Formats: sequence, C-alpha cells, structure tokens
Amino acid sequence: MVTIRAQGLSVRLGRHPAVNDADLLLEPGELVGIIGPNGAGKSTLIRALLGLVGRSGGTVLIDGDDSARLSRREIARRIAYLPQGQTLHWPLAVERLVALGRLPHLGPLSRLSAQDEAHVDAALTRADVLHLKGRVATELSGGERARVLLARALAVGAPALIADEPLAALDPGHQIDVMDLLRAEARAGSLVVAVLHDLSMAARYCDRLVLMERGSPVADGAPLDVLTEGNLARVYGISARIETNGDWPLVLPTGRTRS
Amino acid sequence: MSARRHPLLIPALIASALLAALASLALGAVPLSPARILAVLGGGGDDVARAILLDLRLPRMLLGLIVGAMLGLAGAALQGYLRNPLAEPSVLGASNCAALGAVGALYFGLAQAHPLALPALAIMTGLIGIGALFLLAGPAESPLTLILAGIAIATLAGAGISLSLNLSPNPFAAMEIMSWLMGSLENRAYGHVWIALPCVAMGAALLLGDGRTLDALTLGEDGAQALGIDLRWARIRLMLGVAIGVGGAVAVSGAIGFVGLIVPHLVRPLTDRSPSAILLPSMLGGAVLLTLADIGVRLIPTSSELKLGVLTALLGVPVFLMHLMRERRLW
Repeated sequence: MVTIRAQGLSVRLGRHPAVNDADLLLEPGELVGIIGPNGAGKSTLIRALLGLVGRSGGTVLIDGDDSARLSRREIARRIAYLPQGQTLHWPLAVERLVALGRLPHLGPLSRLSAQDEAHVDAALTRADVLHLKGRVATELSGGERARVLLARALAVGAPALIADEPLAALDPGHQIDVMDLLRAEARAGSLVVAVLHDLSMAARYCDRLVLMERGSPVADGAPLDVLTEGNLARVYGISARIETNGDWPLVLPTGRTRS
Repeated sequence: MSARRHPLLIPALIASALLAALASLALGAVPLSPARILAVLGGGGDDVARAILLDLRLPRMLLGLIVGAMLGLAGAALQGYLRNPLAEPSVLGASNCAALGAVGALYFGLAQAHPLALPALAIMTGLIGIGALFLLAGPAESPLTLILAGIAIATLAGAGISLSLNLSPNPFAAMEIMSWLMGSLENRAYGHVWIALPCVAMGAALLLGDGRTLDALTLGEDGAQALGIDLRWARIRLMLGVAIGVGGAVAVSGAIGFVGLIVPHLVRPLTDRSPSAILLPSMLGGAVLLTLADIGVRLIPTSSELKLGVLTALLGVPVFLMHLMRERRLW
C-alpha cells in the first residue's frame, strides 16, 4: 500500500515552469487518470512524483517519507513506472526485458531467484504476453511491445504503478485489455496512476480524474464531475457532447471553441 | 537468434586466451625450436633462449593480454552506458587523451622524476577526455553527436601528441609520434607490466561491477532511474573505470584503436545481447584479439615492424562502417 502526497509541487524545465504549485493526494486502491491537453505538465508531474526530475519547490511524500530522502532503490520498490513511448536500446528477448523489472529487488551480484522468476511469469501472464516470452522485443509490433513494457513495469511487483500514456499505439481491443488490467491492479489494492488522452476511456475506467492545465491540477474528482462541458471548453478549447451510455460516460469532441 | 549465452562461450574464450598466450611465446622474429622453449619453461634452457623468452616475449605477451582485456571491456561498458554500438575508447578520444598524458609525462621529464607520474598523467588526461565527451554529447542518444564529439577530442589530443613530440629534442620524434598514435607493444619490459596491471585491475573491477546499471539503461535514463539506479554514481564509476583502466593500458602501449569496437560486436551474437552479458566475454575476447594481432605484426614480413594499431584499425574500420551504415537511417 502506498500513498503519494504532493504539496505545493513546482518544477521548472529550463526557465519554463512545467508544474506550478500542485497539490495532490493519491491513495491505494484507486485508478487515477491524469488528463489535460499537450504541454499541460502531465508527464512532468508524474516524473516529479518519482523524483526523476528535480523540483523547484514543494514536497513529495511517499507513505509520509520525503521522497528527497529516499534512495532511488527504495522509490523503485514502492512505485513502478512505465515511461511514455519507451525506446529499447538493445534487442533483448522479452523474458530478459521483463526480468529487468526485478532489478530493484536484486542484490549486487545475485541471480534471479525462483520467486523473481515467478513474478516475471505472473507479469507476462497478466499483460497477456506469455506467448511472446522467447521473442526479441525490438522485433514485436507496436501493440505487443507496449504490452511487454507494461509487463516489465508489473514485474517490479510494487504497490503503486505510474504509467505514462499506456494506451498509445494500442488498438481498441488492447486498449480495453490494458485498462481492465490497470483497474484490476487498483481493485487488488494498488495505487494506479495513468496519463491518458482518450477521455472516454478515462471516464469509463478511472475512479478519479485529475485535469491539468498549464502545470496545475484545475479539477480533481469523479470522472463525471471533472469532464464537464465547461471544463473541456476552458482547458482543451473544445466543445464536446458528454453522454451517459448506460453505466459509462462517453465524451465526443465535436469542435474547437478556440484555437 | 539465440536468446541465451552460449554455454561454451566463456570456456572457449579462456582456452583461446591460453593458446594465444602460448603462441605469443613461441612465435617471433627469431625462430626458437619447441625443445628450446620447453626447456626454458621447465626452468632450464640456454641463455639466448631464456633472454628472448623471459625478457622479451613474456612481458610482451602479458601486456597483450592485459591491454587487450581492458580495451575490450572498456568498449563493452561504454557501448552499454551510451547505448551505442559505435562507442569505444579510441573512437571516443579517451585513448588519445590518455596517450597525450603519457607523452607529456615522458617528454617533459615527469616520468623520470617519479615512476607513478606516467600512469597518473595518462589516467588524468583520459578522465578529462571522457568527461569532455560526456559534456559535449550531453544526454543526446544520437550516435552522430557522440561520434563527432569523439572525433573532435581524439583529433585535439592527437595534435597535442604531435606537438609535444615535435617540440622535444628527441631525433626520433616522428617514429615516436607513430608509436603513441597507433600503439605498439615492441620492446616492452616488466616495468610496463607493473604500470598496466594494477590500473587495469582497478578499472576492470569498476566496470565489471556495473552490469546491472548497463542492463537497466536499455530502458533509457528515466527507465533506469525508475528501476532504482543512481545514474550520477554510475556515471562516475564508469568514467573512473574507463580512465583508470584505459589510462594505465595506453600508458604502456599507446592508443590502440578499435579493439573495444570489434570484440563486443563479435561476442554479442553469442550472448543474450544484454549489456551486462557482453562485459566478461569482451574482456577475454579483447585479450585474445590483441595477443593474436601482436603475433601478427611480428610475423608479417615488413622491413620495420608494423604498428599494432595499424592492424587493429584494418580489422576494425569495416566493423565500424557496417554499424555506421546500419544506424544512418536513425539520424
């Protein structure tokens, strides 16, 4: 169980303020969607939560511990991270790649234990890529590779998972599979945070949405409270129809209100 | 494509290193019969054979193994760290920088003043070279930026070597310039072994211990850090490992190019292709390759002995070009 709390978090990239005085409380068992237009600071926010980018102000508490005082390894064991559009630099076999997720648990020269292997196999199974185990990761299709990388993040076995655009490059079927998987992780007690661009998917699966605008969360709450016509017009500059189709909201962008 | 390390890779490399070492003792400009060699190895033998074997060929063989091992390992570690199959100490200018330091120590009298001055200066200039490379290339993952920065540094250091030798009163300056720029193991003695061995041992220890970090970097810098790797320390260990090891090696042999490029390229298909898996095989392979190349320059009948670096460059440039052509589409 991991709780992440950001207080007054600010990040500057060069001179540009990318995240501005953000307050956020992320609790176990939630699937939280981070949404917002390009350049709103979504990726920078989650990288700051992980300590991957230096912050210019504020604090990040991971289970009450100031993240600046935690070692990289301690953070890595508590929060797994799936970066956006990850490039693979060497043609590793899928199994070897997914096993990298066990690095935060390994001693300096120890080998993978039976328990580590079990984590790897479980992650491969959950991401539905067990059949790709022996393939070379750089030779997979975009969708297969995205799921293998998700399996890599799951193999960490951390109580929290932060995924940056996990649905990019996936066909609708696999988008549903991945969102089902992320929701199942949250139902099992994990904290799952995902940066998402597909508002209908976000609305349908997430327990909670955080809408970012120019580096700050401007709306935070249940999907239907965040995805209002007013918020979409103000933040994204779009007009949209929001329909409640049975249990799920559908967000259909219909036009630009400003360019 | 096999996804696991070939089970015989390490034993085969060790056996090849032993064979190459024996061949290096047995072959040379003066033919010695196997009986005379065996007699010397058995502790006896005639004086001429003893002198040739123990004072000339043995230190040369040891240096071939030591220097080759370091160059192969440094190439593998740099490739893993920079995520680039073109990275290599001489291509990136580290070897030339270390050679510049060694030349400076020799020709301005520092080496005579203190025996540690030569390796210390070579290590220091090697460190400056690789530090400058990281600054110039920055976090860019483009092979082009990296290679251009490496060429700039190597050229500058090469010019420095030529300049310091031109200005020295040594009448054989031109030959000496060649020795430092192309590398050679001619006329080496045990003193050289004692300079190279501790440096290479230290450098190798620093680099071999960081396989996990290199593996994690397969996922890029963010990916590696999110897996608990502290990249600042990893960078420092890598720079020190390369500078100390290559500095110590270059201080005795000059800048021998391309070993660190060829060897990882040859062993990678026999491993699972992860950066950590090629470290040890590259070290052993480098020792084998350089020892064989050094036998080659002794046996090729030329009026004066070929420089070792000429031979490794002839072998290495095709490998380099092949990678360059393959990567061109990424630029």
